This record gives sequence, C-alpha cells and structure tokens, in this order.
Amino acid sequence: MLRHKREPILADTKQNDSFVEFERVQKSYDGETLVVKDLNLSMPKGEFLTMLGPSGSGKTTCLMMLAGFETATHGDIRLDGKSINDIPPHKRGIGMVFQNYALFPHMTIAENLAFPLEVRKMGKSEREEKVKRALDMVEMGAFGNRRPAQLSGGQQQRVALARALVFEPELVLMDEPLGALDKQLREKMQFEITDLAHNLGITTVYVTHDQTEALTMSDRVAVFDDGRIQQLAPPDELYEQPQNSFVAQFIGENNTLSGKVTKIDNAKNTCVVQLDSGEEIDAVPVNVNQVGERTTVSIRPERVETNKERLSEDAHTLKAEVLEFIYMGDIFRTRLRVAGSTEFVMKTRNAPDQPRLRPGEQIEIGWLPEDCRALDA
Amino acid sequence: MSDTTGSGPMLAADGRPLKESLGRALRRQKLRALALIAPLLFFVLLTFVIPIVSMLIRSVDNEIVENTLPGAVPALAAWDSATQDLPSEDVYQNMFFDLFNASEARRHTRLGSRLNYETTGLASLFRTSGRNMDSIGEVFQDAIEDVDPRFEDGAFWYAMMNGTGGDAMLEMRRARWENLMDQDMSADIGFMPSQAIIEILPTTAAAYTDWAIWTVIDDEDVVSEEDPWESVYAALAIDLRNPATGPALTAYQGPGADALQALAAADLPELTFTEAFLDLDEDWGDKEVWETIVVYSPNYTAGYFLNAVDAQLTSEGVSMRPDNQQLYIQLFIRTLQMSLIITGSCILLGYPIAWLLANLPMRTANVLMILVLLPFWTSLLVRTSAWKVLLQQQGVINEILVWLGFVDDANRLILMNNSTGTIIAMTHILLPFMILPLYSVMKTIPPTYLRAAKSLGATNWTAFWRVYFPQSVPGIGAGSILVFILAIGYYITPEIVGGTDGVFISNRIAYHISSSLNWGLAAALGTILLVLVMALYWCYDRIVGIDNVKLGG
Repeated sequence: MLRHKREPILADTKQNDSFVEFERVQKSYDGETLVVKDLNLSMPKGEFLTMLGPSGSGKTTCLMMLAGFETATHGDIRLDGKSINDIPPHKRGIGMVFQNYALFPHMTIAENLAFPLEVRKMGKSEREEKVKRALDMVEMGAFGNRRPAQLSGGQQQRVALARALVFEPELVLMDEPLGALDKQLREKMQFEITDLAHNLGITTVYVTHDQTEALTMSDRVAVFDDGRIQQLAPPDELYEQPQNSFVAQFIGENNTLSGKVTKIDNAKNTCVVQLDSGEEIDAVPVNVNQVGERTTVSIRPERVETNKERLSEDAHTLKAEVLEFIYMGDIFRTRLRVAGSTEFVMKTRNAPDQPRLRPGEQIEIGWLPEDCRALDA
Repeated sequence: MSDTTGSGPMLAADGRPLKESLGRALRRQKLRALALIAPLLFFVLLTFVIPIVSMLIRSVDNEIVENTLPGAVPALAAWDSATQDLPSEDVYQNMFFDLFNASEARRHTRLGSRLNYETTGLASLFRTSGRNMDSIGEVFQDAIEDVDPRFEDGAFWYAMMNGTGGDAMLEMRRARWENLMDQDMSADIGFMPSQAIIEILPTTAAAYTDWAIWTVIDDEDVVSEEDPWESVYAALAIDLRNPATGPALTAYQGPGADALQALAAADLPELTFTEAFLDLDEDWGDKEVWETIVVYSPNYTAGYFLNAVDAQLTSEGVSMRPDNQQLYIQLFIRTLQMSLIITGSCILLGYPIAWLLANLPMRTANVLMILVLLPFWTSLLVRTSAWKVLLQQQGVINEILVWLGFVDDANRLILMNNSTGTIIAMTHILLPFMILPLYSVMKTIPPTYLRAAKSLGATNWTAFWRVYFPQSVPGIGAGSILVFILAIGYYITPEIVGGTDGVFISNRIAYHISSSLNWGLAAALGTILLVLVMALYWCYDRIVGIDNVKLGG
C-alpha cells in the first residue's frame, strides 16, 4: 500500500495542543429549540474521534458545522488554533466522505478524484500522479475510467474515501460512510479506514450510530444525546466505565436494576444498593453521592457470575430463575428473572465446564463490585 | 449464448424450440397489453394517423385537372409547346365540351382556382369562359333549328338518339361525370345511346349522353321530356363537318334520318372553336395558359411542395419563383429562428425558477409551483389577449415606461405586431413546459453533490457549473425539445400578437386552409414542417441522445 509522504507528527510539542476545538457551541434551526447545546470538544492532531449517538442527537449537525455547511448559532469552532466560523466550506480544506458517497455520476472515477486537484489549479501531470496514487491506495487503480454507477457499493465507498484524501487534507470528516454496506464488507472497511487514517496520520471525525463501529475504530468516542456529549472516552473506558445510564444503555448490552443507596464506603470505593424488591447488592458509586439517593445500577451480561468461588466471601448474591436459554455458538445467552425484572440477561462462555441451564431452574448470581456501577436514576 | 451452439437451437422440456415456447407464453401477455391500449390506438388512428396520411396525400394530389378536363388533357398530349404556337382545333373543341359540362356542374371555378395557384389570372379566365360556353353552342343551335324546327323538340331528339348497343359509351360518360362530381352516378337514366348513331355521329352521341346522365341524376328530370344542352347542337355541327358523315347518313334508316340528311345538306356556321375561344377571352391565345394546363395535368404533382419552397414547375422544369413572390423559405427560417429564441429565453428564465422549486422548503415550493401552473389553468386566448393589453403602444408596459421617464412619449416602444411581441408572449406561455421537466430532473439531484463539491474545494460557481449543471442537462434537453416543438407549430399567439413580422409558418398554413382554400399548399407546408421537426429530433438524438432526456425520475 502506497502512503502519502507526510511530515512526521511532532508528538511531544503538539500532542496537547488541540487541533480541532469546539467551544461552547450551540446550534438552533428554528430559534426555539437547540439541536446542539453547549458543545465543548477538543481533539489533538492525528486522533480518530467518533461521534456516536441516536438519530437526532446532534452529531451530524456538529459535523456539518465543522465542515462549514451549517453555521454555529453561538460559540467558536477552531481548526489548528484559528476560528473557522466565517470561512466558507471550500476554503476550509477539510476532506469529507458522505453517507451516500456523493460521487459525481457524470464523471469517471479518475475525474472525480481529479476534481479537488483541478479546482486547486494543480498541473495535469501532478494531478494524474496523485489520482493514481490515491486510487492505488484504496486498491481501485484499475477502475479509473469507470463511472460511479458501474461500481459496487464497497468500491464506491473506497473511491469516496480516496477522493476525500487525494488533496491531502489534515482533517477528514466521515458521515456514516459505511451505512449502506453489508455487514461483512462493513467490517472489512472499518479496518481499512482506521488503518489508512493512522498510517497517513490524518485527524478524523467519524459520525455513526453503530456502536460496534464506534468501539472498533476510534481512539476516542463522543457519545451524543439530546444535543450534548454524554461521555467522551476511549472505547474500553466507555464500555467498562459508563458515566451515566444513557451511555451504559447505549453502548453494548446492559442489565439495569433500580434501587436506593444504603451504604457508601469511600475508602474501598464501593456502595450497597437496596433494590426495589428488597435484595441488596454491591456496586461502584459513580453518579451517587449520598445514602438514600435513588440509583440505577448497570451490570454487563458477561460480567454476571454463577460460580460463587469467583466471588468474595461477603459478596451479595441474588436468586434468579432461568426463563430462556439460547445457544449462540460461542456463548450462551440466558434470560433470567431477577429482582422482579424479566429482562435480565447473562452471557456465559461456551466452555466444557459451563452448565447448560434449563428454563425454570433456580440459580444464584453475583458479580464483582467493580463490575456493577451505580449510576443516575 | 452457449445453449445455441453445437446441437442447434435450445429446446424446451416438451421438445419444441425454446424460442417458440417462449413466444407462445408471451403471446397472451401481449394480447392483453394490446387490448388495454386498443381504445387509445383506435382513437389515435382515427383522429391523428388517418388525417395526417390524408394530408400527406393532399399535398401531391392533382386529379382535379384531368377529372375536369377529361377530353382536353389527352388532346393536349399532341401539342408541342416548343414548336407550335397554339394547340390544335381539336384541343379547343375538347375544351369546349369539358368546360361546358364543368360549368353545368359548376365545377369550372374549382379548376380555375387550382390552376390560379400556378398562373395568376386563370381563375377569372375559367370563371367567365365557363359562363359563356352556352353562347358558343347557341350559334349552332340557332342554325340547326332554323334548318329543321323539329330539332327544338326534346322528344324528337330522344327518339333519334335512343336505341341499343351503346353501353360502352354510356359507362364511359358516366365514369367521367363520377370523376368530375366525385359522387355515385350509377342510377338508371332511362336512356341508352343507339349504336347506329354512335357510329355516324360519335361526338353528338357523347354530348347527348352527357346531357342525359346529368338531366336524370342531377336535375331529376326525364330524358325524353327535356331539350338538350347547346353543346349537343355544337357536337352535331362538328359531326356534320366530317366529310364521312354525309355519305354515312344517306344509308341511315333510323328515327330522324330525314332530318339529319337534310341538315347534312344545309349550310351550317363555319365557326371554329379556336376562334370562338379567342373571341371570348384573348387569354385563350396565351401559350402560358395552355402550358400551365399541360404541366399540371398529371394526377400527382410536386407543384405544391415546390410552391412551399418558393419554387415553381414550368414547362422548362423547376425554377425559383421571382423574388417578389418568394415567401415560404424565409418564413420557415423565421419560424425556426424565433422558436430557438423562445426556447433559449425559456431556459434562461425557467432554470432559476426550477432550481428554486427544487430546493426551497416544501411549503414555499408549493406556492411557487402554483404560480408556475397558474397559466396552465387560464385559457390560452385569455393569456394572449392579456399580452395584447400589456404590449400595445398605449398599453400597460409603455405607459409605465413613459411615466418612469425611460421612454419618450413620442417614441413609445413597438412591442406588438412584430416578432418581439410573439417572442415575449410565447416565452411566457411555453415557460411551464420548460420549468416542469427541469424541476423534475433537479428534484432528483441530491444536495449532497453540491456539498461534496464544496468540501473538495470548489467555489459556489464551480460546484454549480461542474457538478450541478451537467446533471441538470437532461432536464434542459427535455424542456427544450418540448418547447421548441410546441413553438414551431404555434398558431394562436403569433396570430394575435404577431402582426406581419411575427407570424409563423402555421399561420400561413391556417390561411391556406381557411382563406385561400389552397389545401394542397397547406398540406405541403404542413408536411415540410412535420419532416423538419422529425429531422431536428433525429439530429438531437444523434448529438445529445434521447436517452439523456428525462421528464422526471
């Protein structure tokens, strides 16, 4: 794979300087409601950041403001230290990959790629060389003379990527670029895009509503909801330490139980929560500050334990009734009735020593306190 | 493809050729489809295809000359206009009988009008001459009746002429009348020419049969009770001039033999038909008149088409008409030019509106769309008349310009009764036909293309010109074809606001259909217009490609 020759990133001096910065940005379309409420975000150079959120959460609006197709109602957007609020889109030099690729249908692939170079008044030979290099980079070198309609979805996706990169922008925006592809191709492209972005050292802002995509591709993920960033963290932190119940629900599968805090041990950073059904469980206090506060606790299905030997002596356990046992190949998925909830899910690895449960069976479950997080109610 | 190689055609499961099986399976489907379009097909055939074909035929049809002059046209074949000054007496004689019959049937003026398209003056020549044919015949009638008063009596004539064996003569004369009148004349007339008389007095028998057929079928009288036309007396005089007639009559024993023998011995007027015609109108001595008849005597003629391109057919061949008579080529060019200008201004005015329609929010776009469609819901005549009010020299536009001081009161703009008026009014009227196809194409161009272009560094203009405009070209193509083809055949608007400078070829066609009644020329002009449009369509297909035209989707 050919690569763009770039100046090496001056890691030490620049890393902490933010390359893209949103400061107190607000956006309203109708003057009555805010689509983006008080957005603050800063990205270092070379980072792959994903904006993740349900539709209508404001993530695409943020991307469009960054690209210049929407203006911020309030606040400042800075690129490499310079405010770009008043710079028209074509002068921002930001590469963008659109959801439906937006390849110009009346031009060939090579012409599509040459377009950004042409408008930059680049000479013909240089242009051709760059187009060739970009096409080779996405392994589409043989397709230069085709029209977009003659390509498959995956091929169009590669071309769109090459077109966004051919003029060597330092920042590339991607608006759900893989949404139209089938699962297998999507996974392949996820890998290729991150690989390319890291190899070229490009700063990337990637918008998606697919959390798997966000987790697998990103350096950091910004989870959007209701016009705000709910949590901005690396994927593992996001998954394992969600800061609030929205993030916990939105990222991955999650069991929630609601109850009341009865004891907080700040030294061990644990607390005891009494569930609405009366049982008590151990949890890590995240969004709770005092005894008596209502909370929602979140436990990942794969962190639920049936083997008491793995738990500490004094750990709280819950009685559970098996409602459904689904064999999924690599794992077993068991739906349980726990503390009045019938939607409690447990995932266990398909191992020789793992018992295969039957519906109606009574078991006892528990978890390590650090896997159970007491969040906002 | 490989299925047909090697072992012959591919076979279906029952052993029949696959093609045949497929054809059978599809036949039902095709028949059902045909049944669905049958009413429309029938309607189109009846109201469109058949009229067009009949129009095409009319533009070359020229049967009227030979149908009206069935005797003179064959006789003229012997005349050589290059060496002889005037046709022979035989031609004039035939012309007398043809014109006599035609004037009785009041068909001579039609032929006059037809030939007048080619040579001016022939209409009045035929009209006045036709009226005077009986006065030529009277000369002979008076002389014959002076010799024997029995010739005044219709019954005497009937007894003399009626007999047996003249079926061939009767059918031949009938056919001539049918050609002339274009109607069925096959009813029984209670008369049969006598074969004996036909042999001795062929001209008289023919003239009498002509009269008899007309008397019974058109006048609805009885042959034996009516007196024959003057032409019959003239025919008798002609027969008696033949030196063979006298001896033949002496042997004749039939009814009225004595009267005929006496008549053969008497002195009858020596008047020749050449003299009689020249006496009536000296134009009958004009070679050009006879040349016109000869040139336009075939049943099919290119004359109308030549006329439609400012040429004419003479005895020397095809030549251009004199400059002061040239009209149509210039008119065709003007029609094309103005249609192009109208199409161009429709593109210029319609493109931004279509763009707005496609890109504004739904609510606003709908209001705008109603404004665009409003003209469609108003009568064409009303719209055009409204332009008349706006454009005239004392009209709204001029008044406002004068009031604003842009135009001097003495030099008001002439916006109407010229091509400016036609272009303004027709651009307005045809604008929706440009906007709608443009709009439906633009509606399918996602706004992300423009965004993509801008994100790649294109300015607004470059993004529009390089990315948006090429994709809207199919809409421009569709709109242009629609507007151009509609414009080229437009009639009402140029008629009302066009004056003399701003009329189209269609106005001339309408004039020939309804005023000058030269349907042949109108048909030829219409045919040329049709061919022109089809040729342009073909060129368009070759250059732009008709696949690139989109009316929507």
